[in-house]
Amino acid sequence: MHERTYDVAVIGGGAAGMAAAVEVRRQGLSCAIVERENQLGGILMQCIHNGFGVQEFKKELSGPEFAEEFMDMVADAGTDVFLSTTVDSIEESEQGKELYCYSRKNGVVKLNAQAVILAMGCRERNRGNIRTPGTRPAGVFTAGLAQRLVNVEGYIPGKNVVIVGSGDIGLIMARRMTWVGAKVHGVVEIQPYPAGLTRNIVQCLNDFEIPLYLSHVVSRIEGKNRVEKVTVSPLVNGIPDEDQSFEIPCDTLLLSVGLVPENELSENAGVEISPITSGAVVDSTMMTSVPGIFSCGNVLHVHDLADYAAEEARRTGAYAVAWLQNKKPARQLRIKAGANVRYVSPGMINPELPDKLYLRTLIVKNNAQLVMKLNNNIVKERKLSHVQPSEMVSVKLTKKDVEDWHAESDSVLEVSVQ
Amino acid sequence: MSAPETKEMICISCPISCRMTVYEENDSIVVKGNKCARGKVYGEEEYLAPKRMVTCTVATDSEEFPRLPVRTTASIPKETIDELLQELYSLNIKLPVKRGTTLIENYHDTGVDVIATMTLPGRA
Repeated sequence: MHERTYDVAVIGGGAAGMAAAVEVRRQGLSCAIVERENQLGGILMQCIHNGFGVQEFKKELSGPEFAEEFMDMVADAGTDVFLSTTVDSIEESEQGKELYCYSRKNGVVKLNAQAVILAMGCRERNRGNIRTPGTRPAGVFTAGLAQRLVNVEGYIPGKNVVIVGSGDIGLIMARRMTWVGAKVHGVVEIQPYPAGLTRNIVQCLNDFEIPLYLSHVVSRIEGKNRVEKVTVSPLVNGIPDEDQSFEIPCDTLLLSVGLVPENELSENAGVEISPITSGAVVDSTMMTSVPGIFSCGNVLHVHDLADYAAEEARRTGAYAVAWLQNKKPARQLRIKAGANVRYVSPGMINPELPDKLYLRTLIVKNNAQLVMKLNNNIVKERKLSHVQPSEMVSVKLTKKDVEDWHAESDSVLEVSVQ
Repeated sequence: MSAPETKEMICISCPISCRMTVYEENDSIVVKGNKCARGKVYGEEEYLAPKRMVTCTVATDSEEFPRLPVRTTASIPKETIDELLQELYSLNIKLPVKRGTTLIENYHDTGVDVIATMTLPGRA
């Protein structure tokens, strides 16, 4: 059996995995990336649209360009990369962790590492997750699968398209399908507000006059062999209203109904998973409930932008190095998601070394106020010009922010939006 | 004289998505609500002559990598997008190709090029 030993092993070679590995190498520790596909880059390689890299590289790039910038850094940093290699399990050993992997080329490969960084990304929710009634014809795709078919493999999955869900991939695919000559008849969103970024609503729907049906659902899919039509129903008091329903003839239905962190491997390793984010529960150093296993990027919680995932992963790489050097936080305070906040990630803060927090709101509001309370005393406030659940809010806390917090070890930091 | 038109728009220069109001006043264009200089440029352009970046894929001569992702180096006038797409769909690129390679230079004298956005190998 092939066996190699590293200080840190990173699972997943997308934006997060590459950024984490580069940071570990920059600090002089040995590091390997294990990637299931035959190239690095992850889902970035099929995201041919622009909008990547504004934060990381101060220029606007497409997904593959963003990925190649990181691939160059991974190569320059001297990171070992295991491609076409799947991690089957993470086991505890006396020396640290053992990763049991397999690949067509090398068979079973065992990687020994002192610390492991989980960066496996997420999966798309599919028809089964949203339980749409009707027949089961061909022509129902997740938006990301359709994206891969069009952009990588060169197939156009259909000519008359309806999109369920206004997530970013669905919106991007509305434009992409229009630009390859298909007709997109509408985007159907169950919520009263769009799930995707505003700029995607503007340039992927409004530019092509594609209708966005908010507070509507696809209540039925019909077709014998191929999708022939769907029934669209408005929600009245949360229930599809049959009287106001209408049919849209189409041959293709794309589902953009959310992403779920892919954590089977983490769970099998004993990592505690949050029921709210479906990602690992992590402390202020992005370490999971299993000492030595860290998590970052979309496998931790779903990010809006690859730039944010990379930024978070770089910090996670640094935290993994610090942990290996025995630099552990003296104390950590629990963070509580308060009013109108769905979650805050990470869920703990080190008052000696405050860092960036990401949060998602439950509300849509202009001129909102972010309020942080420690033991019910307001310790920080910030104006937020506009919040909505689909747009992640980031808050950078500095030492100055926390210098007169007088936190006890059982203090709780409550973060709310008003 | 008709009242000058006021347009509400959302800046798409970056993910912050500033909500802006744009109108004409004393022969100049006023942009309000933008947080940075790019917002003012976008607001003025969107008011007078909207432009968009174009990203798509073109055919290659490879079976392993049948599509090459490409993009414009800057935004082009909205009304020229369909024609550019038709031109791109008629291309067939011989691999290998390096990221950043210019495929169409100075499209219709706009000063905008179309470049490859992925490095793809030739036949092994």
